[in-house]
Amino acid sequence: MSKKEIVKKKYDMPLQDAAERAKSFTEVALGYDMETAVLEAERCLQCKKPFCIEGCPVNVPIPDFIKLILEQDFAQAASIIKEKNSLPAICGRVCPQESQCEKHCILGKKHEPVAIGRLERFVADWEMQNTPELKNPSIPVIDQKVAIIGSGPSGLTCAADLAKLGYKVTVFEALHTPGGVLVYGIPEFRLPKSIVAQEIDKIKELGVEIRVNSVVGQLWTIDELMQEEGFAAVYICTGAGLPYFMDIPGENLNGVYSANEFLTRVNLMKAYQFPKHLTPINVGERVAVIGGGNVAMDSARTALRLGVDNSYIIYRRSEKELPARLEEIEHAIEEGVEFKLLTSPIEILGDEEGRVTAIVCQNYELGEPDVSGRRTPIPIDNSTYTMEVDSVIMAIGQGPNPLIPASTPDLKVNKRGNILTNVAGLTSIPGVFAGGDVVSGAATVILAMGAGKKAAESIDEYLKGLRN
Amino acid sequence: MFKILRKEVLANKINLFDIKAPYIAKKAKPGQFVIVRTDDYGERIPLTIADFDREAGFITIILQEIGRSTYDMGKLEVGDFFLDVVGPLGKPSVIQKYGRAICIGGGVGVAPIYPITRALQAAGNHVISILGANSSATFFGEKMLKAVSDELYITTNDGTYGEKGLVTDVLKRIISNDDIDIVFAIGPLGMMEAVSKVTSLKRIKTVVSLNPIMLDGTGMCGACRVEVGNEKKFACVDGPEFDGHLVDWENAKQRARMFEKQEKVALTQSCNCHSKGEGCNV
Ligand SMILES: Cc1cc2nc3c(=O)[nH]c(=O)nc-3n(C[C@H](O)[C@H](O)[C@H](O)COP(=O)(O)OP(=O)(O)OC[C@H]3O[C@@H](n4cnc5c(N)ncnc54)[C@H](O)[C@@H]3O)c2cc1C
Ligand code: SF4
Ligand code: FES
Repeated sequence: MSKKEIVKKKYDMPLQDAAERAKSFTEVALGYDMETAVLEAERCLQCKKPFCIEGCPVNVPIPDFIKLILEQDFAQAASIIKEKNSLPAICGRVCPQESQCEKHCILGKKHEPVAIGRLERFVADWEMQNTPELKNPSIPVIDQKVAIIGSGPSGLTCAADLAKLGYKVTVFEALHTPGGVLVYGIPEFRLPKSIVAQEIDKIKELGVEIRVNSVVGQLWTIDELMQEEGFAAVYICTGAGLPYFMDIPGENLNGVYSANEFLTRVNLMKAYQFPKHLTPINVGERVAVIGGGNVAMDSARTALRLGVDNSYIIYRRSEKELPARLEEIEHAIEEGVEFKLLTSPIEILGDEEGRVTAIVCQNYELGEPDVSGRRTPIPIDNSTYTMEVDSVIMAIGQGPNPLIPASTPDLKVNKRGNILTNVAGLTSIPGVFAGGDVVSGAATVILAMGAGKKAAESIDEYLKGLRN
Repeated sequence: MFKILRKEVLANKINLFDIKAPYIAKKAKPGQFVIVRTDDYGERIPLTIADFDREAGFITIILQEIGRSTYDMGKLEVGDFFLDVVGPLGKPSVIQKYGRAICIGGGVGVAPIYPITRALQAAGNHVISILGANSSATFFGEKMLKAVSDELYITTNDGTYGEKGLVTDVLKRIISNDDIDIVFAIGPLGMMEAVSKVTSLKRIKTVVSLNPIMLDGTGMCGACRVEVGNEKKFACVDGPEFDGHLVDWENAKQRARMFEKQEKVALTQSCNCHSKGEGCNV
C-alpha cells in the first residue's frame, strides 16, 4: 500500500440542525453513511500494537472490525464486535470514547483520533437494518436457573452471556419496561428507545425471560429466590438509582425535581406528549440544572425540548472539569444551553403557593487539586446573587438503592451503600454476585456491561462447580 | 397484564376491584401499596392494598375517581386488564399488641385502614374504629369494619349518615375518658393533620399513611419526598406510614398541588360532560 496523505480530522458526524433539533426529541446524531464510514475506516493505521483496544473496557478488537469496514464486510465486522460487546448500537452512541478507546488512538497524538465510536455505531446500525437475525445455533440446555436483578446494561449483558452458555435466565425488573438507565434516564434524542428495544428483543430470543413489575426485596428476598424459587445463582445489578439532594433550603418547593424524576417523567412516561400520555411535567420558562455530568446535560437539553426559554447548567467547577461526555457538552452549547460555571446554589426561593421563583447562587474559584486530582472549588465571600427561575433540577449524583441490602442482612455493603464484591464479582453470600453501578457507584454503560460479562464468567464457573 | 376478577361500586365514584396478582397477594401485608397503570398512555398511580387473598391469588384495591387516571380506571369492568401492577411496595404497618387502638378512616381512607384494623384485632388489641365521609353518598365500609372492630363510630360532615361532624369530634370524646395506646389514621391530608394535632396534646402515638405524588415507588425518583422530623424521607420506601406528630403537613399539602393545573387539563380533555352540559367533578 503506497503511503497516503493522512486525513487529520474525523469525518463529520451528520447532525440535525441545532435550532431544529432543540425542539424535537428525534435523534441528534444521524450516523455515518456507508461511504463516510469507509473513508473514516481508511484513516485507521492498523497498528501492530493497537493501544485503542487497551482503552476499551471490554477490549473490542477495534483495528480488526475497522479493517472489515474497509473491505465492506459489515456483517463480519458486526459479528466480531459482538463477541466482546453485546450492545454495540448503544455503546457506539453513549460511550465516552474520548476518555477510552479514542484517547489511546495513535492518530490522536498529532491529529484527531479515528472516530471509533461512530464506526461502531455504523456497523451496529447496518446490522440491525440488513441481516436477518441468525437463528441461534441450538445450545445445550443446562438445567440450572440464574436470577438477574435489574435490566440495565449490566444485567442485559450478563443475561445474554449466560443464555448463550445454555443457562435458564430470568431477569427481574422493578419498572414496567426493561433497560434501566437506557430507557428511563438517557433521552430519546441521544439513544432512541427503539434501538434499546431491538437489543432487548435479541436477548429475549436467546431464551431469556424478563419479568417486569418485579421488585426484588419486596416481592421476593434474595434468599427466597434461591431457596424457594430454585435459582442456583443471583446477579444483583440494580444500578445507582437513589437521587441525592443538596440539603439546601427550598428543596421541597414545587418545581424542584431530581434529575431522575424529571428524566423518568419525560423519557419513560413520555410527559413531553402530555396530555396524550397522562404523566405531567411542569418546568415553566426558565430551568436551572445543578451539576455537570451526563445526567445534567441530558436534563438541560431535555428541558430545551420541552420549550423553555432558558435552560441553565449550574456547576461548581470550570468548563475543563465538566464530567460529561465532550460531545454532549458541545451539543448542549450548540442547542442553546447556558452555562453558569464556578457557581453553586445555596438556596431556592418560592412564592406563597410554594412554587419555585428563584435560585440564590454563590460564585466559586478553584483551589488546589484534591486527592482525586480535581481542583477543589472554594466559595468566594460576598459573591451571592439571585437568578429568577421556575424550576430546578438536581443532577448532583446518585447512590445505590437500599431495597436489596435492607432485605438481605448478610449482604455486605460499604458506607455509601455500594455492594462489596471480590474481583470475580462475588458478594459476601455464596452464589450471589453483583456488578455495575450498584458496586462501582454511578459510572458508565460500558463499565456496567464489562461487569456483567465478568459476572457471567464467574457464575458459569460457580455453577460448573455445583454440577460436579 | 392483570385481570379484574370482580368490581363493586361501593359509593358514588368509589370502586372496588379484585385483581388477579398471585405473587403480590402472597406477599402483601397491611399498610403496603401497589402502583397501577391502566395502559401505555397511563400514569403510574399508587393505590393502597385494601385486602388480599393469598389462596385465591388476588388483591383488592379501592379507588375514588378524582383525577383523569382514576376516572379511566373507574371505567374498567370485570374481565378487563390493568397493564401493570407492581408491588407490594412500602413498609408494612407495625402490627403488635399495643393494647387499646383507634383506627380512623376518612373518605376513601376507609379502604386501607381495613387490613390494618383486622390485623390489630387479630393481634389481640381492643380496636375502636372511626369512619368518616362527607355524606352518605360517599360513605362505605361499615360492614367490613364492623366485623374487625370492637367498637365502631361513623360520622358524616352533613349528618346524612351516622353522627354529624368530623372524625376528630369522636376522637376527642374517646381520648378524653379512655386511655389509648395508639392511633392509626388514613384519609385526606387535612384529616390526618387534624387527628395528629388532637392526639399530640395527649402524646398518643399516631401513625399516618402518606400518599404523596409518586412515580416509580422504589426510591428512584424522590417525587414522593416528605419532611418528617426535619429529614427528607421517601414515602415509597421509608413509608408510607410515618409518625403523624413529626410530619411537615404544610409541605405535604403544598407538594400535593404540584401538578394541579396539568391534572385539570388531563381531566377536561377526557370528559365530554362539559360540552354536553353534564355535571362532572372537574
Ligand atoms: C441521565 C443519564 C445519562 C447517562 N449517560 C451516559 C452516557 O452517555 N454514557 C455512559 O457510558 N453512561 C451514561 N450514564 C451512566 C450509565 O447509564 C450507567 O452507568 C449504567 O446504566 C449502569 O448500568 P447498570 O446496569 O449497573 O444499572 P441501571 O442502568 O441503573 O439499571 C438498574 C436496573 O435495576 C432495576 N432495579 C433496581 N432495584 C431493583 C429491585 N430491587 N428489583 C428489581 N429491579 C431493580 C432498576 O429499575 C433499573 O432498571 C448515564 C446515566 C444517567 C442517569
Ligand atoms: S465499546 Fe466503547 S470504548 Fe470500546 S471500542 Fe466501543 S466505543 Fe470504544
Ligand atoms: S416514588 Fe420515586 S422515590 Fe418514591
